Amino acid sequence: MPELGSYSLLFALALSVYCFGAGIWALTSKDRGAELLGETARRAGIAVFGAVLVAAVILVVAAFQNNFSIAYILHHSNRDLPAPYKFAVLWSGQEGSLLFWSLLLGAYGLVLRLRHKVDQKLVAYAGVIIAGVQVFFLLLNNIAANPFAIVQGTIPPDGNGLNPLLQYPEMVIHPPMLYLGYVGFTVPFAFALGALIMKYPGEKWIHITRRWTMVTWAFLSCGIVLGAHWAYSVLGWGGYWGWDPVENASLLPWLTGTAFLHSVMMQEKRGMLKIWNMWLIFSTFFLSIFGTFLTRSGVVSSVHAFAQSGIGVWFVTFLGITVAACTFYFILNREHLRSENRLESLVSRESSFLFNNLILLVACFTVLWGTLFPVLSEWVQGHKITVGPPFFNKVMIPVALGLLLLTAVGPLLSWRKTSPDSLKRNLLIPTLVTAAVGVLIIALGWVKPWAEQDQFYSWSTILLSVLVASTVISEFYRGGRVIAYQTGRNMFAAMYVLTRRNTRRYGGYIVHFGVIVMMIGFAGTAFNQDIERELGNGDSMNIGLYTLTCKAYTQDDNANYSSEWAIIDVAKNGKFIDTLYPERRVYKASSQPATMVANRSTLKEDLYLVYSGVNEDTGRPIIKAHLNPLVKWIWIGAHILLLGTILAMIPSMATARVPVRSAAAVLADNRQTVGAGD
Amino acid sequence: MRMKYIVHSLALVVICIGLMGANPSPEARYSDLGHKLMCKCGCNQILIECNHVGCSYSTKMLGELRAGLQRGDNDDLILQGFVQEYGATVLAAPTTTGFNRVAWIMPGVALLLAITLLTLIVRKWKFKVAPVGAQDLSPTEMDEFRRRAREETQL
Repeated sequence: MPELGSYSLLFALALSVYCFGAGIWALTSKDRGAELLGETARRAGIAVFGAVLVAAVILVVAAFQNNFSIAYILHHSNRDLPAPYKFAVLWSGQEGSLLFWSLLLGAYGLVLRLRHKVDQKLVAYAGVIIAGVQVFFLLLNNIAANPFAIVQGTIPPDGNGLNPLLQYPEMVIHPPMLYLGYVGFTVPFAFALGALIMKYPGEKWIHITRRWTMVTWAFLSCGIVLGAHWAYSVLGWGGYWGWDPVENASLLPWLTGTAFLHSVMMQEKRGMLKIWNMWLIFSTFFLSIFGTFLTRSGVVSSVHAFAQSGIGVWFVTFLGITVAACTFYFILNREHLRSENRLESLVSRESSFLFNNLILLVACFTVLWGTLFPVLSEWVQGHKITVGPPFFNKVMIPVALGLLLLTAVGPLLSWRKTSPDSLKRNLLIPTLVTAAVGVLIIALGWVKPWAEQDQFYSWSTILLSVLVASTVISEFYRGGRVIAYQTGRNMFAAMYVLTRRNTRRYGGYIVHFGVIVMMIGFAGTAFNQDIERELGNGDSMNIGLYTLTCKAYTQDDNANYSSEWAIIDVAKNGKFIDTLYPERRVYKASSQPATMVANRSTLKEDLYLVYSGVNEDTGRPIIKAHLNPLVKWIWIGAHILLLGTILAMIPSMATARVPVRSAAAVLADNRQTVGAGD
Repeated sequence: MRMKYIVHSLALVVICIGLMGANPSPEARYSDLGHKLMCKCGCNQILIECNHVGCSYSTKMLGELRAGLQRGDNDDLILQGFVQEYGATVLAAPTTTGFNRVAWIMPGVALLLAITLLTLIVRKWKFKVAPVGAQDLSPTEMDEFRRRAREETQL
């Protein structure tokens, strides 16, 4: 079996090399047979997926068969590992996750090549570029990180087991989502570079690229949020984002990808920012590769990182070649990227996108800078320093607030130029609502913005979120009112039609709404409380309005792990409301402990209990309780964000299908501005 | 006059934000300082958030933090004590002295540079705009503009 896996990978590499070489030959040759050669390259690209899939299936089957003659299975699995986690073995280590990367890239390449009729020549260029990236990863799979390496000497009877932190249901979903995001950016990158090389006429390539970017962005967003939820549920420190280098690595392409999804609209609508968009999508791909390099090279220390290895050199070389190729073609064909229009006013949709891009890129730079500063410090000062959450929180919160402000104002601006009167008119009600909410929050005593900086930031975040929500709602309302008037439908039906008519724009607003719901969740961090106590049977401790009483603590044992947990009764204002079971496990194969947090989550707050262990002197369990307000809003916001993204990907309904009153009658009756494009 | 008023208001807001959190309670100082330090057990976690069972470092370090607070040491002195004992990596964020200052300055510099660059680009674009009167357009061009307007508003 391992031999078959190795041969499959070797065959996949040969196919990729052929796809790359023959593809280039077909695109540059003027021979009559070039078209046929190009077709064989396309089919070879499709076959790559099959070959890599065979290798991946063999590795998973080996995990199920406990084939510890394969070093990778020996190091990442064991006999008693539950079945769902045997699948997770595929991406839990360096070699397997690189194979998984190749598999996903092969899958993306398969979809792209099967849909080649959308634009045969552009897809041929993109296919060749994807084949080039695939060659790199398959070289890694075959040479630097072969997942089918055989154990030398005696084969142990059982494996070392899967990292306990990975034995959690979300870890079966989170890495694939994240990888789908990382790998997926290869496709828009390939289209962009292909369009640049062939001097693609028109903007069709940007439509194709944008949809791929949205799919990828959605996967990456899901991956990041699932990672945060996993950290919250498993790591047991009471938080969901620690500004760890590996977390930051996932945020970098997300930020530039978000910037691209906004600025690309300027290219589609106005033919502007062509160079900028090209480099944004290039940078997004570079940052995906760079993130992978950070995770795997050992350059920065992280709790998430894979084992340190020499694989970093491969990534740096690949990154260098890719940057050089992009720069070369950009210099060669930059005349093709001239803007068709100029900015006409500072108060316009275009300028709001420019500022949005500016803030997103400054955020990206800041995260990158903070992540790499320890390395820079070591070069300059001779010693490392730590750049952790206090730095990122201090620098990133004002940036995020600026972005929220733009999110509120941007949709109210028209393309080309917005009159001050129109802006004032559109902003008046949202501003009044926001001010009223701001005063109400203070009057109710929920927040004292003057007391602490954290509370001031929380208050500002909530206010700006309300402002964004108000503008989003007013956009739906104004558009819906016009359609209701045009078609005679009720308001909700009109809003539905409005959304269907321009799914991209209104889906985008729903994404914005999801973001502000998440922001409200983040704002709760300023009010976190925690307490840690030894709790014997019958002992109690208080946190917020809750009283926690330890009823008992007990132990269990199964083939995979032994565990101990406490049974804690929870009372609120003296009234019993729930029983929670914080648990701690020790996995037998790896002898590593893991936390199973007990979390009672409501819209108002999470009561989050951690079984920290047993005091060896007293024999009593130590329970740490966190009271984290508004955390549930983060997960709800993420669902809304995903819903909005899916909606934005659905093609808009043709306007002609909606019954419309005569244009003259509508124009006569309706003088107000409704919407301003995307 | 209006500009002066805006500048003064902004300055006041900045001062107010700077003064926030003055004279915190000992427990608040413990939490604040605990969040400014890293646990040195290798877990890469903030000291006060380290949740490893039997972590020999966090218990000892938190004890040292409590002792420093009880002695009445100021925050700088306590943090310096930790740096001397555990090295510079014990601080969760760069200091504002020496080369470390660069860490704090660069994001602001990047923002300023980006704003300057954007302003220059926008000015250059604005000066190049040549407004076109509708009367100069042919019917075909007008149709094209109408088509684009419909496409952009999509209503």
